[in-house]
Amino acid sequence: MAESLLPKLTVAATARGDATSSGTPLIEINQLSLYYGAARALKAISLSVQERVVTAFIGPSGCGKSTLLRCVNRMNDLIDTVRIEGGIKIGGHDIYNADVDVIELRKRVGMVFQKSNPFPKSIYENVAYGLRLHGTTKKSEVDAVVEQSLRSAALWDEVKDRQHSSALGLSGGQQQRLCIARAIAIKPEIILMDEPASALDPIATARIEDLIMELKKDFTIIIVTHNMQQAARMSDFTAFFYLGELVEFDTTTKIFTNPAQKRTEDYVTGRFG
Amino acid sequence: MPQRHTTGKRSHGWMGIQRGHRARPLEWLAEKFIFAVSLSTILVVLLIFLFVAREAAPLLFGRMNSAAVQEVIPVGEFDKLSPAQLQQYLGLTPSELAAMDRATLQSLMEVKVEALNEIPAAFRGDPDAHLNTTQWRYLLGPHQWTDYAKPEFIWQPVGQIKKYNIIPLLVGSLKTTLVGLLFAVPLAVGAAIYVSQLARPRVREVVKPTIEMLSGIPSVVVGFFALLVMATVLQSLFGYQTRLNAFVAGIALGFAVIPVVFSIAEDALTSVPQAYTQAALALGSSRWQAAWQIVLPAALPGVFAATVLGFGRAIGETMIVLMVCSASVMSWNIFDSARSITTTIAAEMAEAVSGGPHYRILFLLGAMLFAVTFVLNLIGDVVMHRLKLRLEGKR
Repeated sequence: MAESLLPKLTVAATARGDATSSGTPLIEINQLSLYYGAARALKAISLSVQERVVTAFIGPSGCGKSTLLRCVNRMNDLIDTVRIEGGIKIGGHDIYNADVDVIELRKRVGMVFQKSNPFPKSIYENVAYGLRLHGTTKKSEVDAVVEQSLRSAALWDEVKDRQHSSALGLSGGQQQRLCIARAIAIKPEIILMDEPASALDPIATARIEDLIMELKKDFTIIIVTHNMQQAARMSDFTAFFYLGELVEFDTTTKIFTNPAQKRTEDYVTGRFG
Repeated sequence: MPQRHTTGKRSHGWMGIQRGHRARPLEWLAEKFIFAVSLSTILVVLLIFLFVAREAAPLLFGRMNSAAVQEVIPVGEFDKLSPAQLQQYLGLTPSELAAMDRATLQSLMEVKVEALNEIPAAFRGDPDAHLNTTQWRYLLGPHQWTDYAKPEFIWQPVGQIKKYNIIPLLVGSLKTTLVGLLFAVPLAVGAAIYVSQLARPRVREVVKPTIEMLSGIPSVVVGFFALLVMATVLQSLFGYQTRLNAFVAGIALGFAVIPVVFSIAEDALTSVPQAYTQAALALGSSRWQAAWQIVLPAALPGVFAATVLGFGRAIGETMIVLMVCSASVMSWNIFDSARSITTTIAAEMAEAVSGGPHYRILFLLGAMLFAVTFVLNLIGDVVMHRLKLRLEGKR
């Protein structure tokens, strides 16, 4: 039932998403389907993400929101059984085209993971790693970017005196902010966040949320979250997924106050999920 | 809690819940049994060392004399000797002395006199024949033997004058072991990185068991192969003079070391959290960069442990070196022959007179080998622990 309705719905949603902001979208996902072997995890998803806004992906566990997120920087390439149909365009270029350099793509599309995963190196080395990877080797330059990234991630004041001690000695919230600093150090255009605060306490979560609101000025952010309030507080647009389908995509205000779909309403009001 | 003891004698702790061995006697018994078993392994290791060291003890305390020509006391002077003098002269323990009667002791003295008479008269004038070669200065330092142009380190436990310098054996062991490790560790760690980080699952399923199967090949077979095939191939490749040398032995040792190092290094690399690799890839590193720059440093304690174990395997390996080369040449050149400590013990123990100087020195070598590997493992453990702490940010 839902399957036959879906294309029409998503087209409508995309149209609305475009209408609410100016300019061409930065990310265009077009009829994207993803298979794990024979199982279809994403079903013909289409949506557009505007530049310098926060877009939230919500939905119950297993609905495919993280999978979709990982399509945007092609992290799903690492799984052998994954097959993808349809396409994603970033800035007008199809990222699944054969001539796309995955390394260049991931430089432009950063990622922050659910569980903070700083390298077992010093705080400084964690942030500097990406820079060195992409050819910045001059010490003064690296120093400057490390400081700037740590400042942007609201971590500088806490760690400036112990930049060269191990990152694993930081608290969970600090580690996650370090991962954000590491991601923004290489100046991506887009940052993907996969439930970045789900393993943190409320205070650390609040700091991450503040940080995301700050980062919105410079980066386009897509955030996957289980936390309804978080999506409502932070995002400009919200996409609701259910069982691999995009049910509804619209401004966050619309989704949380006047959703077009019954299922969306049930989910955001907590009737299931 | 005043009610605590009111529920009866058989109850223990809060609310009468039984705890300790009374509640779960079988688990308690099993736990104690496992503890005893693990304790016994430590005990066995200790006992082995004590046994080996005890056999070498007379040597350590300078109670052995290996001089070919020794002063003898005529049997007629038996009554002039005190029991202490007699004991030292015949090299007996107090209990052995007490167990022997007068006739036995006298015949022992007679044997000494006869042994001296058997030595050719011309040879008795040789100063070397009067040396006790079991002294530390002859065991460890060079000595200019009669007819030699300069002081030399010589291991020659047979012949009129027994030369027991152990330095050529130490050098031989180190030479072969180092060649083996230099050959095996980079290969094994490289293979471990490939298998754990880069290979496709299907390739991994073939390569991993194949390399680990290498450890199932008996070392005598490896030695055989090295003796007949590798020696020839390597000689034609490198063009050195001595066909059978420490280099060939080292490479062959490498084949015994590779599976040990590979197996442990691969485990260490695989146990590095996937999250690190994911983070590196998401930052735009290639798989190779992620493996080399992130995973390998994180697995360094494990890789180090693998190397230490590989060292233990290499220095303890007997058969391969025995088959490939065994001339005790004092030379650091890897293209000269070598005789390792283990090889010496294996080859000479059968012909050494029980309780004699040669026998004691072989045990000394065994004890030394034991001590060296023990200390190295200990150092390895400490280094590994520190590396681990540093990686975990606790230091």
